[in-house]
Amino acid sequence: MRLSPNYGAEMTFRQRLWQVNWSLIFLIAVIGGVGIAMLYSAGGGNMQPWASRQGIRLLVGLMGVFAIALVDIRIWLRYAYVIYGLVLLSLGAVEIVGSVGMGAQRWLRFGGFQLQPSEFMKIAVVLALARYFHRLNIEDIGRPTYLLVPLMLVGAPVALVIKQPDLGTAVMLLLGGGAMFFLAGVRLWKFGVVLVAGIASIPIGWNFLHDYQRQRILTFLNPETDPLGSGYHILQSQIAFGSGGVFGKGYLQGTQSHLNFLPERHTDFIFTMLAEEFGLVGGLLLLLLYAILMVYGLAVAVRSRNHFGRLLAMGVTVTILLYVFVNTAMVMGLIPVVGVPLPMLSYGGTALLTVLTGCGFLMNAYIHRDIRIARHASEA
Amino acid sequence: MKPEQDRGRLFTRRALFLAGGQAVLFTGLAARMYYLQVLESDRYAVLADENRISLRLLPPPRGRIVDRFGVPLAVNVQNYRIVIVPEEADDVDRMLTRLGRLVEVDEHARRRILREVRRRRAFVPITVRENLTWEEVSRIEVNAPDLPGISIDVGQTRFYPYGEAAAHSLGYVASVSERELTGDPLLELPGFRIGKNGVERQFDLQLRGSAGNAEVEVNALGRVIRELRRQDGQPGQEVHLTIDVGLQEFVARRVENERRAAVVVMDAHTGDVLSMVSTPSFDPNAFNEGLSGKAWRTLINNPDTPLTNKAIAGQYAPGSTFKMVVALAALEQNISPAIRSNCVGHTQLGNHKFHCWKKGGHGSVDMIEAIKESCDVYFYDLAKKVGVDRIADMSRRLGLGSTLDLDIPGERAGLIPTKDWKQATIGIPWQLGETLVVGIGQGYVLTTPLQLAVMTARLVNGGFAVKPRLTLAPPGVDPADEPPRKFESIGLSDRARQIIIQGMNEVVNNPQGGTAYGSRIKDETMAMGGKTGTSQVRRISLAERDRGVRKNKDRPWRERDHALFVGYAPMDAPRYVVSVIVEHGGGGSKAAAPIAKDVLLETQKRDPSAARAGRVATAPAPSAKSTSGQPQ
Repeated sequence: MRLSPNYGAEMTFRQRLWQVNWSLIFLIAVIGGVGIAMLYSAGGGNMQPWASRQGIRLLVGLMGVFAIALVDIRIWLRYAYVIYGLVLLSLGAVEIVGSVGMGAQRWLRFGGFQLQPSEFMKIAVVLALARYFHRLNIEDIGRPTYLLVPLMLVGAPVALVIKQPDLGTAVMLLLGGGAMFFLAGVRLWKFGVVLVAGIASIPIGWNFLHDYQRQRILTFLNPETDPLGSGYHILQSQIAFGSGGVFGKGYLQGTQSHLNFLPERHTDFIFTMLAEEFGLVGGLLLLLLYAILMVYGLAVAVRSRNHFGRLLAMGVTVTILLYVFVNTAMVMGLIPVVGVPLPMLSYGGTALLTVLTGCGFLMNAYIHRDIRIARHASEA
Repeated sequence: MKPEQDRGRLFTRRALFLAGGQAVLFTGLAARMYYLQVLESDRYAVLADENRISLRLLPPPRGRIVDRFGVPLAVNVQNYRIVIVPEEADDVDRMLTRLGRLVEVDEHARRRILREVRRRRAFVPITVRENLTWEEVSRIEVNAPDLPGISIDVGQTRFYPYGEAAAHSLGYVASVSERELTGDPLLELPGFRIGKNGVERQFDLQLRGSAGNAEVEVNALGRVIRELRRQDGQPGQEVHLTIDVGLQEFVARRVENERRAAVVVMDAHTGDVLSMVSTPSFDPNAFNEGLSGKAWRTLINNPDTPLTNKAIAGQYAPGSTFKMVVALAALEQNISPAIRSNCVGHTQLGNHKFHCWKKGGHGSVDMIEAIKESCDVYFYDLAKKVGVDRIADMSRRLGLGSTLDLDIPGERAGLIPTKDWKQATIGIPWQLGETLVVGIGQGYVLTTPLQLAVMTARLVNGGFAVKPRLTLAPPGVDPADEPPRKFESIGLSDRARQIIIQGMNEVVNNPQGGTAYGSRIKDETMAMGGKTGTSQVRRISLAERDRGVRKNKDRPWRERDHALFVGYAPMDAPRYVVSVIVEHGGGGSKAAAPIAKDVLLETQKRDPSAARAGRVATAPAPSAKSTSGQPQ
């Protein structure tokens, strides 16, 4: 057994603090800063109503990144299921006491706060799956019975989210979960089987849905049936992109955004506003920042010596990047409209907190990259 | 720990694969951005501008209408109106109640406003009331702090300072109706007015001008953010009328007590219509302010047809004023004016008796005496000799029987019968008795007061085919630059004209039987000549004649005769002609001649033709731009 030259099995708090990767913090701060600048523009050149609140959340969230990163990775391993269970419970609670927003039940109120448990579930699923696959050896993964539990870990929240109904998040959870299965080493043909089985079960599942749910799914699949709704939004978004040109119309000068032709410019369509005001150059630079985040996450995952950390780091990175892709592809009219925020730019507390929590785990995996963790607790 | 290392290697492979997949997706995003922002950029830039730039029309100020001396007859004045912006007045209903304590806001308007508030966007101002008085404006301004969302807005509205006096010539403006939309976007502007009658209608396009436009930036809700560009329109052109508004007012006042009457005063040489009055009249300002349905029905259903310009659209049998036509036609047939007829009060044709207005008859009369005393029997005989077709020919040369191209709409042609006409329209051959009736201007013959004025003008102006006009020059042309009009001769011999004029002079000035002697102008330099006319509204039955119920005042108003008079002055060198009709006024000498006398006297005192000529000579362009001051 090869021991880490520096730390061995245990790390002191000081050692962990020493290991904090400031370039990741800087990257998060830069992307978050771009978000605040865009929210300032979305407010018509005003810190109110969005930019200042998002700024405070960013600061709180960055502290959260440290808090999560500095906790021993084995504690997260130990409580992974507990955390997952709590988020799943709150997701179930939405069904009972949640409030309706944008036509779907997504929100839980805690005093003055509103939380969207489905957002947190994106990270919780990654955490739980990393915990599960961590203890499987390569032979176990080949056995189908060992895949039942992780399938349920993904299936339970997906079912609850569909019921809200929030098909977008459900699909994202499935894709994120699938990525974890893939990273864990599940054979490719099994993905094929699941895909075929999934497609085959659509007609059966269809019968269990209410009429209004079917209607929502149909509208989601076919936005042209609602030309003044999402179809109009996507057209206006593309006009904003196109009219921005190579260098954009200038900060605070976006006509589509500031004259309200662009819907939801502070949330789902914030990338559109950026592309209108800063053009192709600005849009590509932002994508470059996300690409750097991805490379960073990949490096952390590959460098990590414990499987839990590897899976956690890569799972979080893939999830965040998946959201970036779905959001930007949606606002550019490449895929149908799904209510997916742009990580760290879109206004919204829960979404920002979720992404920063993910970044906290990424940092955590980085700090504890040389810690070895036995497959079973008894070996530790 | 070999499995552990295998697991690590497998993970690394798959992580790299996933990262590679993400890189491919990102490349796809970049490609899409390139497509949208480089390849299709121009198209989307246009779409974005179409989104944000809205073209607003700027209505041009309507051209003024002025009289022959430049006195404004139709102008634009400030129209103060109350508007309410719903989003600034948190409770529109309560605000209207509060406003109602200061100025009147009736229930009807209130319902309309509340309806519009629901239909329009909250920032669109809604008109509460228009045409506020100064007092109302100041009352609202003083209370402005208590009336959030309510403000005073200034627009332009048409105003006719002389009101009813010249309404028929000017016409009026009113809202555009569905049928009148021509595709000119101006017409679709809310509150835009177009000319509906008279000069306002005839020259509507020139008076309207052309619209300017402004490019404004709007947001997705249509709210105007700022103005990007403005191009002012072309104001409407000024129209100069031939009317002398002072004379017009005088005439209008002179006949305002007649129930239905029309008067035309014209320059016999130029054809300038100096005054044209039709009673009853209407207030053209009322149309502009928006007539209520009830007020409109009252106007339309009024049996005295205030909206009709009786001077050009009223068709009346000319009665004895037609006798000059018959006499001229006879003179042209070389029938001697000295030939006498013996009037015993009637003449016999077959077994039908044709009466003279004078029961005992005029005795022996020649042509001049027959005109002077308006002997019917003489003209029965004369008409019989001349024949109806020659009378018709002479009528047409004198301007009767067809429209005269006056520059306002609504002119009627009247009717001059011929043998062919009767055969063609009624299908019965002409009867000789009908020629006799035509000889005294009755029967089928119909003329308008304007035609009678033109007829008189052509007689006294040396025999030229003068045509009437209401505008001094086409819009946009300085009347000073307009060359004098030339008219063709209608081929009357001077001798014939002199005989007729002699007769007409004696009608007014010969105490021995002149039918209008009572209305003569005593100042010899202004003396007038003319001819009375009395046109029967209904045939008088033999029984009535025997009973002796013949006097007009004994008959119901509706059955009384129309009174007519055509005249000219000054007698020695006629310049002005007048034609007067008083519907159901009784005899021409009693009801129409006194009006003509007063009008011709006033016309000569004012002498509008000479006055204008003098003005133009001394001050080149007195009327056009210098007098732009607005009334009130």
